[in-house]
Amino acid sequence: MIPAAFDYVRAESAGHALELLAEHGDEAKLLAGGHSLIPLMKFRLAAPAVVVDIGRITELSYVRDAGDHLAIGALTRHRDIEISELVGTQAGLLAAATSKVGDPQVRHRGTIGGALAHGDPASDIPAALLALRATMVVEGPDGQREVSSDDFFTGFLETTIGEQDLLTEIRVPKVPDAGWSFQKFNRRAQDWAIVGAAVLVNGGSCGVGLVNMDSRPVRAAGVESAIAGGADAADAAASAADGLEPPADLNAGVEYRQHLARVLTRRGLEEAGA
Amino acid sequence: MTINGTLVSLDVEPRTLLVHYLRDHAGLTGTNVGCDTSSCGACTVHLDGEAVKSCTVLAVQADDREITTIEGLADGDVLHPMQQAFHECHALQCGYCTPGMIMAAVSLLDEVPNPTEADVREGLEGNLCRCTGYHNIVQAVLQAAGGDGGGR
Ligand SMILES: Cc1cc2nc3c(=O)[nH]c(=O)nc-3n(C[C@H](O)[C@H](O)[C@H](O)COP(=O)(O)OP(=O)(O)OC[C@H]3O[C@@H](n4cnc5c(N)ncnc54)[C@H](O)[C@@H]3O)c2cc1C
Ligand code: FES
Ligand code: FES
Repeated sequence: MIPAAFDYVRAESAGHALELLAEHGDEAKLLAGGHSLIPLMKFRLAAPAVVVDIGRITELSYVRDAGDHLAIGALTRHRDIEISELVGTQAGLLAAATSKVGDPQVRHRGTIGGALAHGDPASDIPAALLALRATMVVEGPDGQREVSSDDFFTGFLETTIGEQDLLTEIRVPKVPDAGWSFQKFNRRAQDWAIVGAAVLVNGGSCGVGLVNMDSRPVRAAGVESAIAGGADAADAAASAADGLEPPADLNAGVEYRQHLARVLTRRGLEEAGA
Repeated sequence: MTINGTLVSLDVEPRTLLVHYLRDHAGLTGTNVGCDTSSCGACTVHLDGEAVKSCTVLAVQADDREITTIEGLADGDVLHPMQQAFHECHALQCGYCTPGMIMAAVSLLDEVPNPTEADVREGLEGNLCRCTGYHNIVQAVLQAAGGDGGGR
């Protein structure tokens, strides 16, 4: 399979990428690691006229300690996050979720920004960042804005990133003392999750992000408020699938996914020490 | 780009995939295409020393970069230790997955020089073999590592 023909331009910096987006408008598509976009282009589900390669913008590849949070550049590759000591000690849930993405070859190429911008409910990364209450930094024609992870995902493969916007940074609150657990249920090692649960327990409060349980990445808000209200893991997890509309496919129907969400959330809460 | 230590400069369309660039333009047919959907790992090569699936990389993304393919591992007639270990452990049957498997295994040992058996199995999760049942492949990688199998 070969993608449809396109023009290729390489952005040398974040500013250059924004200029190229302004110049080419809706004809253009950003290319980061390419591990979501290139498969779509090979299947011709995407056929951009212009591909703007942002994969070499090294100034957007970093993990930094920024006081109360970690600042992670959007072009940071999964592999670099997986092995980052800062991420491991300050936001272990993100490192764990990232280490479960695809396989080593995928993690050598894919970026955190690409995984978020793609907005796939089946992706592991959004669930972890929802549980961690991360904030995304987006730059566009009107300057920079910060978007909470709750407001970031707007629909199936849709986010608040506009056609002329660039996701530049992800801000993850530092939680060195929190308990966490990443539960991914799949049938073969390298597969996407059938359902997943990212759980963070920090004192009396918790965050729960779910994989593949709705048309977009979601939090299990009912579970979070039950834990805050003093419920134990089993009781809280019972509401994990409430109000959600998971997809049905070859791997699992709706009811089975709802069942998995409850079981994985309970296991996650228990492992994280709720 | 530099392929196996030799500078190669060819004009191709932006949509050319790295695997096609290597096979059809540079004439290096050791890298196989299995699934063409980034699942099987048969097309694994090294990009700046790290294993990647060349069916999911554009040739232009590798512009000015270093590529190593299975043809670039041996030193003349002397096999790379990983190739030698695959040979000795009978780690292949039809051989279709082998180039990708070996490239992934070499990259794995760069990152985890003294892996446990579990490290090897997880580290090769992106490579499928329809023949061997993986057992001898895992043994070969452990032999090539030459460690005590104790981890890291
Ligand atoms: C075989 C395989 C298995 C996988 N398994 C998993 C898995 O188990 N779990 C999982 O979570 N993921 C999985 N993935 C997806 C992987 O995580 C991708 O790397 C990721 O989804 C996209 O990142 P990318 O950098 O490759 O983005 P690209 O493919 O380059 O881009 C994806 C989209 O985001 C846009 N974009 C990228 N960067 C930016 C930016 N900075 N600002 C604005 N827009 C941007 C692009 O225009 C494009 O629309 C898998 C992928 C493959 C090929
Ligand atoms: S051909 Fe590239 S992963 Fe199968
Ligand atoms: S030896 Fe035949 S596919 Fe692996």
